[in-house]
Amino acid sequence: MFYRETGQFKTSYAADQALLPIAQDRYALLATLVIAFLVVPLVANEYWFQAVLIPFLVFALAAIGLNILTGYCGQLSLGTGGFMAVGAYSAYKMTTNLPDLNIVFVVLISGVITAAVGILFGLPSLRIKGFYLAVATLAAQFFLLWVLNKFGWFVNYSPSGSIAIPPRQVFDVTVTSAHAAPVARYLITLSFVTVLALAAKNLVRGSIGRSWMAIRDMDVAAEIIGIKPLQTKLLAFAVSSFYVGVAGAMFLCFWLGTAETEAFDLLNVSFPVLFMIIIGGLGSILGSFLGSAFITLVPIFLTNAFVGGLGMQAVTAKHLEIIIFGSMIIFFLIVEPHGLARLWQIMKEKLRLWPFPY
Amino acid sequence: MTIEVSEREPHADPVSGPAAGQDSNDILLSVEHVSLAFGGVKALTDVSFDIRRGEIRAIIGPNGAGKTSMLNVINGFYHPQQGTITYKGEKRSQMKPHDAAKQGIARTFQNVALFKQMSTLDNIMTGRLAKMPDSAWNKIVQVFAQSIYLGPAKAFEMKEREFVEGIIDFLEIQPIRKTPVGRLPYGLQKRVELARALAAEPDLLLLDEPMAGMNLEEKEDMSRFILDVNQQYGTTIALIEHDMSVVMDLSDFVVVLDHGEKISEGLPSEVQSDPVVLKAYLGVG
Amino acid sequence: MDILYAVFVAPFVDMVSYPAFFTEVVLGGLMTGVMYSLVALGFVLIFKASGVFNFSQGVMALFAALTLVGLMSGTVPFALNEVAWLAMPVWFAILVTIAVMIGLAFVVEFAVLRRLVNQEPIILFMATIGLAFVLEGVGDLMWGSNVKALDIGIPTGFFEISGVQIQKFELFAAATAAVLVAVLAVFFNKTKIGRALRAVADDHQAALSVGISLRKIWIIVWSVSGLVALVAGIMWGSKSGVQFSLSLIALKALPVLILGGFTSVPGAIVGGLIIGVGEKIAEIYWGPLVGGAIENWFAYMLALLFLLFRPQGLFGEKIIERV
Repeated sequence: MFYRETGQFKTSYAADQALLPIAQDRYALLATLVIAFLVVPLVANEYWFQAVLIPFLVFALAAIGLNILTGYCGQLSLGTGGFMAVGAYSAYKMTTNLPDLNIVFVVLISGVITAAVGILFGLPSLRIKGFYLAVATLAAQFFLLWVLNKFGWFVNYSPSGSIAIPPRQVFDVTVTSAHAAPVARYLITLSFVTVLALAAKNLVRGSIGRSWMAIRDMDVAAEIIGIKPLQTKLLAFAVSSFYVGVAGAMFLCFWLGTAETEAFDLLNVSFPVLFMIIIGGLGSILGSFLGSAFITLVPIFLTNAFVGGLGMQAVTAKHLEIIIFGSMIIFFLIVEPHGLARLWQIMKEKLRLWPFPY
Repeated sequence: MTIEVSEREPHADPVSGPAAGQDSNDILLSVEHVSLAFGGVKALTDVSFDIRRGEIRAIIGPNGAGKTSMLNVINGFYHPQQGTITYKGEKRSQMKPHDAAKQGIARTFQNVALFKQMSTLDNIMTGRLAKMPDSAWNKIVQVFAQSIYLGPAKAFEMKEREFVEGIIDFLEIQPIRKTPVGRLPYGLQKRVELARALAAEPDLLLLDEPMAGMNLEEKEDMSRFILDVNQQYGTTIALIEHDMSVVMDLSDFVVVLDHGEKISEGLPSEVQSDPVVLKAYLGVG
Repeated sequence: MDILYAVFVAPFVDMVSYPAFFTEVVLGGLMTGVMYSLVALGFVLIFKASGVFNFSQGVMALFAALTLVGLMSGTVPFALNEVAWLAMPVWFAILVTIAVMIGLAFVVEFAVLRRLVNQEPIILFMATIGLAFVLEGVGDLMWGSNVKALDIGIPTGFFEISGVQIQKFELFAAATAAVLVAVLAVFFNKTKIGRALRAVADDHQAALSVGISLRKIWIIVWSVSGLVALVAGIMWGSKSGVQFSLSLIALKALPVLILGGFTSVPGAIVGGLIIGVGEKIAEIYWGPLVGGAIENWFAYMLALLFLLFRPQGLFGEKIIERV
């Protein structure tokens, strides 16, 4: 009875197409933002910022990026790690060569650079789809990491082969590297993610989003009704790679502060982000957040339970985690292939009727 | 049936010939000696006919006659090995499908080709994409405008929504506008597909068996809509249809195909009694 | 100019000037190629019969090898200590491992495949990734995750023909692969079950409607793939020890399948050989120019080129879109 839409009539198309037509949803979002921006910084401690909140946000953005490409436009990609790496290393090179350039611009421009790379590796999508396209993106994944590894220029010839972000400020507050307070890093990440998630949500419900979904659902028909397939797919690659690149830049700048290419390989990024959008829900911005929360939190929870709670050896716990993780993926795919976002929707539908059963 | 002379295009009265003021040589689409083959299979052999502006042309024939292939050639999905298509006065037989769409050719499909996971409203809105500018620069601007939404993108979206709602009213599908089309019954899906085709404001509408699988009531509704489209908007229509009574009632002229060749052409009443046509359908001399 | 010479001329000059070495490189590549083919074969089988790309094929090979080593050394599963009287002779251990892999097929069909009938291929693909994780973890827990040596008596050493060294082991691997391919070809094309497998690969629903039991087919296919995985696991494990990296071979299988076609058994062999030789030659002759490690991505770039110009691979079926 709380979630009723009774009395909420839309008197204009604008109101009907609003982001959150139901008033209760609007309040819920507002509440979430208030909590995220005002309450969390006051109550969370460093562990929570570093191990949970910031990676959750960073990967949520990467998941949004992959969701745009795979969930909305139907182009399967296993190259997320490679593109995140491009974002991270672009940010590194830019800020070390142009130290006066504001880090916000550095992050955004890294996204643009990654978008350009994304367009390049998206070209094969004109001729190939499905698994075959996944192979092309795998080629991107391996090749990009190899390039970043091979040429010392990318790491400023550092002997360790890894990159570290120097301290940078926004409004006189240090937001990068170990010198920055976790709260600061959290807030700037949150700001980026909020703005870009909103932009993504707007984008997918406009004509461009519709053209992506048309390609996904039946690309032959899409072409026949006047959509240019290559252009639409490349646009998806570009926007998706932008998001993934920004996520990569934030990974380096605001989360870990250092990185090497291994951090961005298949098992550390490409697969987990893919799981995020599958479990969270393909074609759903909310799903990207839910999936990121799931994938970030479950391993932490499991480790704490097994090693902390049951006193297992770390190695054994790791094996068990892998088993449970794999099982949960299979479980989710069986029970709700459309992900947590669909479960959420179903829950909301039930809530509309509550306390009535139907 | 009263003849309404719309402001855009005069409608050809099957009884009295082309309406006054319409040039009888005002040919929208001309198919000349088109032949199409897939490997060894000849889908079309030396087919020629014209479609005049504003008319409803039926393409009929037994199964496998090549009717769908003919439509596919017209909208650029297949490219004929021989022959030319002349559309709006320009010869074009190697046209790509999305160019055809931009030139004003829209179509529906035998097996409904809707975007199953999207709602009715969204499906019809995708039909509008044929009218949007789509150069690379336009697209980049659109990305920025649409991600911000407020301002020009919103105004544009509202205009599109209004136009599409007009079509939704016209085809009486208001109650299902938010339903994912995959969940709709077949008859309604076909109507949504028609709506999507209309959204592109086509000059030439190709309908591939629009009545297939419908009961009598649905067929009457669909016939009414097709006639309205032709009379109100002046849209030229080429339709493939098996139901003879529909063909009689709706069409101005008929082309008959069999085994990829044209075997007859003319007014519906002429074709209906043509012995060649009867033989093709019934196999009886 | 120098660069042009180094890239387009020098390597070929090298090849011709030292033919014995070149032959050894090619042979080495062929042998690696055979190993890739063995893994790719398992993929093809499952893809042919169920349309699923089984990402866990590599882990299955690892699991099979781990089980074999564990049985041979008398390891107690999960407890990880070795008990002498449990140690099995090679042939018995292999038989038991085969039984285990068949059992695995039953479990997979029951727990995963049956629940995901009619889902889109990407969902099934994801499920096999989940399966890979589960098998990995279970294998490690059961038999321990340290590197193990596997020796079932495959001949080692080499013999020479006109200055070229040929490894006995690799000859054995090639022969095994040939036998396996021949057996599979007969199986698919000449037996009733083989026909049923091909029907299922074409259209699940149609196969069901003519009375083919999807369940049985899947169990059979996954069992056969399991056996292929065992052979692959034995070969790889004997060569480089049984360890985690074995499961990553699965990733190399993708380019092999692209080249050969996802549904072709001979394609898996030919694709594997081409990738194996191509990688080796690229690494030895062009590798030094860019500082090495070309092998990481060469296979994928080659696959990419194929995708652009011949997406169905050398032997696969052409994909036609109809509206």
